[in-house]
Amino acid sequence: MSDKKLDLGSWVNDVVQHLLDNYSGGFDSIGSVVSGFSEGIESVLMLPPAWLLIAIFVGLGLWRIGARFAAFTAVSFILIVLTGFWEQTVVTLGLTFSATLISLMLGIPLGIWAATSERVATIIRPILDFMQTMPAFVYLIPAAMLFGLGRVPGIIATVIFAMPPAVRLTNLGIRQVNKEIIEAGQSFGCNSRQLLFKVQLPNAMPSIMAGVNQTIMMALSMVIIASMVGAGGLGNDVLASIQRLDIGLGFESGMAVVLLAIILDRITESFGTKQTEKRGSLISWVSAKFQSQ
Amino acid sequence: MQSGKIVVENLYKVFGAQPQEAIDLLKQGWSKDKILAEKGAVIGVSDVSFSVEEGEIFVLMGLSGSGKSTLIRLINRLVEPSAGNVYIDGQNVAKLPKKQLIDLRRRDMSMVFQSFALMPSRTVLDNAAFGLEVAGKGRKEREKRAMEVLKQVGLDTFAHKYPHELSGGMQQRVGLARALAVDPSMIIMDEAFSALDPLKRREMQDVLLELQKTHRRTIIFVSHDIEEAMRIGTRIGIMEGGKLIQVGTPQELVDNPANDYVRNFFDTVDTNRYLTAGQLKADSVPLFVHNGKAPDAHTVSQALQALDKHYAFIVDENHRFYGSISLEKIALLVEGGQTIGLDQALLKQISPVPEDMPLDQVIGRLVDNEGPIPVVDGKGIYCGAISKGRLLTRMQGE
Repeated sequence: MSDKKLDLGSWVNDVVQHLLDNYSGGFDSIGSVVSGFSEGIESVLMLPPAWLLIAIFVGLGLWRIGARFAAFTAVSFILIVLTGFWEQTVVTLGLTFSATLISLMLGIPLGIWAATSERVATIIRPILDFMQTMPAFVYLIPAAMLFGLGRVPGIIATVIFAMPPAVRLTNLGIRQVNKEIIEAGQSFGCNSRQLLFKVQLPNAMPSIMAGVNQTIMMALSMVIIASMVGAGGLGNDVLASIQRLDIGLGFESGMAVVLLAIILDRITESFGTKQTEKRGSLISWVSAKFQSQ
Repeated sequence: MQSGKIVVENLYKVFGAQPQEAIDLLKQGWSKDKILAEKGAVIGVSDVSFSVEEGEIFVLMGLSGSGKSTLIRLINRLVEPSAGNVYIDGQNVAKLPKKQLIDLRRRDMSMVFQSFALMPSRTVLDNAAFGLEVAGKGRKEREKRAMEVLKQVGLDTFAHKYPHELSGGMQQRVGLARALAVDPSMIIMDEAFSALDPLKRREMQDVLLELQKTHRRTIIFVSHDIEEAMRIGTRIGIMEGGKLIQVGTPQELVDNPANDYVRNFFDTVDTNRYLTAGQLKADSVPLFVHNGKAPDAHTVSQALQALDKHYAFIVDENHRFYGSISLEKIALLVEGGQTIGLDQALLKQISPVPEDMPLDQVIGRLVDNEGPIPVVDGKGIYCGAISKGRLLTRMQGE
């Protein structure tokens, strides 16, 4: 290794070491916030008995999509319960939700900022490329070094991996709002805040919701990988099956991940596409909230 | 400074890095194309001055790329002017600070768009109330007002629908309601009816004209449809290559086009369609006066035969239309050996038409009636007649 002409890797090592030596207090406090947040979400999900949580998902499926999907949801969850993966599934769900929420809280404002400033958009773009394409495992190393093992580095690595679509699609959604709709907003005397909340965001909602959907899917795939740093959940079983070459365990835990992914995908997708068809959808609710500000 | 509701003075818009340089070159006589080629600046609007009177519908016409859409956006400053002034009620919008500009837009001007530009996630009612909401009016107040304007455009029963549930024409009624809701003294309409099919377009023009009857607002209307311009425009301004080349009433432009570009616009339209009864009338029917007593049937009959005419009109002493009579009818009376007065032979169904009746309705009257139809002025005084032959001659062009 030492015969390399340019040793970028050792610089990165130095940087991480430097951060660790000088700012560990800062990372510790970030870590405790993230940890508290995700534990809170997990305990909320653990609170109701399995049948109630399942009933909630089935109900959502019935409301948003239809009877067939609701039946699929019920069968899937019963399958997960019967194969004995329910608890891990709930842990994975909790991790996914925590990472998704953090990603959205950071990603959507960043996307709005990028949409309003060409300079910000130019700076952010390569960073997002980096975050999305750097092999996911690579984040786990510095995350584990800075935050220790367990749930926190898992969530942090997941946020880095899953945030880009939220930023990109918020930015894109706002930029793609019909020019005349923007002009309508301006010509009726919107100031820039009103233009954002009454015109740009409500009209960008389908795109933003597509970003939310993507973020959830990417977060789910990443929290499985994050089991390598001890994040827990279904990922533990997947990892164990690899280590023990246990094809049966791998199939069972993998199937639980797939079923969970399908359910989350369809339900969140429905909030993006059925905007104008269903009244009382999340979007009109959200935009009503924005508009009444 | 000229007077008027809206006064535009030497207005320029240059898209490019050095607008002032481009304007100086324009003033030195450089062409638009040369400036684009050598300086990379696009001239959107070049030295435009005109004024719009209170309550008139001023139509801006031109081919696409002639700068008409840019020009109206300079008026409410959706596009920043590069140079020049825009006075609205004496206030220079081009130099207005942002806060006052926003205030003016909320209070006194609104806009209707070609693509309707409604918000898909808002109901028809919320769309109509948009301007009031932006201006900070309370929910109750704005919904009440929005409902009023929706009623004016005939959409009150659709208040709780979403835009995508409405046809194009209905969506633009919502766009119009949204513009009316803030009760502005001026409305800018950018190709507002161009996306509609011809029938709906006509219908919307009627809606607009009807609204103008009850409450006159100053309207700047951009269109590329000459028929639309002639139908609704008080005056028309013709734009070419960023310049305003001629302004006048529809009739003035038809009669004295400034150049071939203007003439070409009117070539495509059948200007006859805009003829009125007053322009068609002629003094072609003999008149007899009914002074309390009908003229004698024999006299009339002989006079008509001598003049080789088949019809005559009877007017009273004040020259008001009294009735119409045909030679055949008189002949019948005479043949029957009846010696009753002319009154009995009057063609009852013929009623006079006003001078401002448009051509299509005049044609309808001629088809429905036997013989020529009388034309009266605003006071009911007889002023001429239109016969089928007369109509055809006039339409062919005298």
